[in-house]
Amino acid sequence: MTESRILPSGKTRIESLEMRGITKRFPGVLASDHVNFDVKTGEVHALLGENGAGKSTLMKILYGLYRPDEGEVLLDDKPVTISSPNDSINLGIGMIHQHFMLVPTLTVAENVALGLPSSRGVLTDLDHVSKRIVDLAKIYGLKIDPDAYVWQLSVGQQQRVEIIKALYRGASLLILDEPTAVLTPQEVDELFTIMNQMVRDGHALIFISHKLHEVVEISHRVTVLRDGRKIGTRPTSETTKQDLANWMVGREVGFIPDRGTQNMGEVRLSLDTIKCGSDRGTPGLRGVSFDVCSGEILGIAGVSGNGQRELAEAITGLRRVTSGKVYLEGQDITNLAPGDITDRMLSYIPEERMRDGMIKEFTIAENMVLREHHKQPYSRNGFLNLRGIAAHTDKLIQQFQVKTPSRDTHAKNLSGGNIQKVVLAREISRNPRVILAAQPTRGLDIGATEYVREQLIEQRNKGAAVMLVSEDLDEILALSDRIAVIYEGQVMDIVPREIATPQMLGLLMAGVHPEEGARVVK
Amino acid sequence: MITDLFSATVLIGILASGIRLATPYLYAAIGETFGQKSGVLNLGVEGQMLLGCFAAFYVALTTGNLWLGLLAAMVVGALMGLAMAYVTVNLQAQQGISGIGFYLFGLGMSELLFQRLMGTVETVKGFPKLSIPVLSGIPGVGEIFFNQNILVYGAYLLVPLAWFVLNKTTLGLKIRSVGENPDAADSLGVSVARVRYFTIILGGTLSGIAGASLSIALLNVFQQNMTSGLGFIAVALVYFGAWRPFGVLGGALLFSMVNSLQLWIQVLGIPVPSDIAVMMPYVLTILVLVATVSRVRAPSALTKPFEREN
Repeated sequence: MTESRILPSGKTRIESLEMRGITKRFPGVLASDHVNFDVKTGEVHALLGENGAGKSTLMKILYGLYRPDEGEVLLDDKPVTISSPNDSINLGIGMIHQHFMLVPTLTVAENVALGLPSSRGVLTDLDHVSKRIVDLAKIYGLKIDPDAYVWQLSVGQQQRVEIIKALYRGASLLILDEPTAVLTPQEVDELFTIMNQMVRDGHALIFISHKLHEVVEISHRVTVLRDGRKIGTRPTSETTKQDLANWMVGREVGFIPDRGTQNMGEVRLSLDTIKCGSDRGTPGLRGVSFDVCSGEILGIAGVSGNGQRELAEAITGLRRVTSGKVYLEGQDITNLAPGDITDRMLSYIPEERMRDGMIKEFTIAENMVLREHHKQPYSRNGFLNLRGIAAHTDKLIQQFQVKTPSRDTHAKNLSGGNIQKVVLAREISRNPRVILAAQPTRGLDIGATEYVREQLIEQRNKGAAVMLVSEDLDEILALSDRIAVIYEGQVMDIVPREIATPQMLGLLMAGVHPEEGARVVK
Repeated sequence: MITDLFSATVLIGILASGIRLATPYLYAAIGETFGQKSGVLNLGVEGQMLLGCFAAFYVALTTGNLWLGLLAAMVVGALMGLAMAYVTVNLQAQQGISGIGFYLFGLGMSELLFQRLMGTVETVKGFPKLSIPVLSGIPGVGEIFFNQNILVYGAYLLVPLAWFVLNKTTLGLKIRSVGENPDAADSLGVSVARVRYFTIILGGTLSGIAGASLSIALLNVFQQNMTSGLGFIAVALVYFGAWRPFGVLGGALLFSMVNSLQLWIQVLGIPVPSDIAVMMPYVLTILVLVATVSRVRAPSALTKPFEREN
């Protein structure tokens, strides 16, 4: 840590920030209940909690988006008032939002310059801004091209633009709101390198997450929130993942669900060298074949963008198969209409649950019967049977522990975990023969993740054929009976879980066959 | 007779009137470009133009001062823009529908004022031709480009000016970002409401000038509904031009050249049914729009009212 009080960006550093007794009430909810929180220069303080625990509320208060009902904020031991993002920016507080605040059609430099006074009066001074970006990027080890358009950048690079934007505006304390949620493992490593560098330089970082291994890896201290209350603050070195998980959820959490014994049965879903295109016009799948049997979970592992989305869409009829055949219980379903395929009892838990799994503006009840609304008892002769739908919905809300004020609540008002429970309830309650689950736990908190995994295992034990697409290797290894690794639209190999190791899968995911790779090394 | 079309005099005539006829489209469509770039679709252009038409004509007729007429059209257009801004920004009304409302208001109001204040069709002496020294003497080219009235020159100067403002100034940066991601702009302290007020009022002012160019520079009369869909074509030209001033210029020229051609076909008495001839520019617009559809994406926040999350 530097002794100087000046940061490499030329700004004075913030020695300490303290939030005291912060209380925020929303109608019917105590979102933050007398919470104390502090962060010092040169540390990463992790803020851990489930969705709805009050992490975001606390940080929105710090960033000036909400006004607290009670409590005070002290910066370097002096009370400050923060009533808008402009106030917090002026105090040296920056925030990296979970959903990036970038304009995709503008360049990096234009995004950084937006809203700032220009050295050339009414004209933009992008050359000047670009130069300063390059300087900052050099100081902080961030690779970024100021002239690139934001839409051309990967998600990881876009996040770097957000960090540059905050540094350019003189942030010495940075709030990172679930910064890893959208990143690949490699990008997470890069982000952590950047964060470590910033901490060494004297920045103070607040890291919001619900991913325990990341919190353990990057933070110096950790504060756990639950239901708007602070459970405690500890030095990270004095805790374990298990402690933190139990703290967060308020009970014992099992990381790896009990899988029970396997009864593998007949082939339910069979793919015979299917090929299809991708949205970019390039080949999406280049001849994929595998079977999924009753009573097994086939995991599809791979780095994002290697054909996982195309695979799910090709099977469900959402994407045209250009050659090859898909069989469901022996019948050819290639290129049937999606409705005809699901009617054969194939259930689909889509990757983009808010976009493809739900109609946000519809109520829970309407979403629950999206698939089956044209069948009895949900409708008769073209008229909806609202009573039947209500009864069905209430039953599922209870059975799947969906936290919602009522069945008439709009889907958009539920948390991510509860939305996924609604999708699960709809897809699983019809007793499907085949379940296709794409990234079913992405972005969910521990409690919801655990629940979704249990449900998938239970379906497998009941005899369903489950195909699980996931980019989370831990999840693949925890749930799958067999693991197919997909790389550039092809299946590299299918390995039984008993012999699969992360190293082996990692090589396959990079397109290297372990034996061949070994040969090359020799 | 068809061969008449290819004589030098006629070709120069077609091109010169094509250049002239693009004037109202340019003012209206460049104004609309600013609005749409900031995320506001203004379908009321036609109504703003009609009121601008009338205001310019009536003031010019009664005062005898064309510049006062032009100013009146600008003020009326700006006031219509102010009302549109209030309805779409503050009240967050659906933009397409409220735009149609403003169109109908302008249509009815200009008719009512015409009947109350004038009653019969009259003419004024509009802006005179302003020959540019030397340049207007170039054979052919001089007649086509440099022997027009001042509002025509203004329309063509507006194009590079609009390009410059949108792409080289901080204001332009704000306009573009507000139209693409107002949340991002807001998070950096840019007032989305203020930017949109500015672009909508600017658009209204330019629509007013577009109307004035018809009634006191090109046709020099006022008739009920004399724009006859011109404002809607201007909106289409913004899509056609892919939200770029020079693209809008290309579209306006294509449209007005075909329009000029069909006028000359009628003047020369070439046996094409006049209804078919009059249809030509419109059919062409539809064909070109279909052919160029989805070539460029519209501003992401177009037609979406902005509201802060909490």
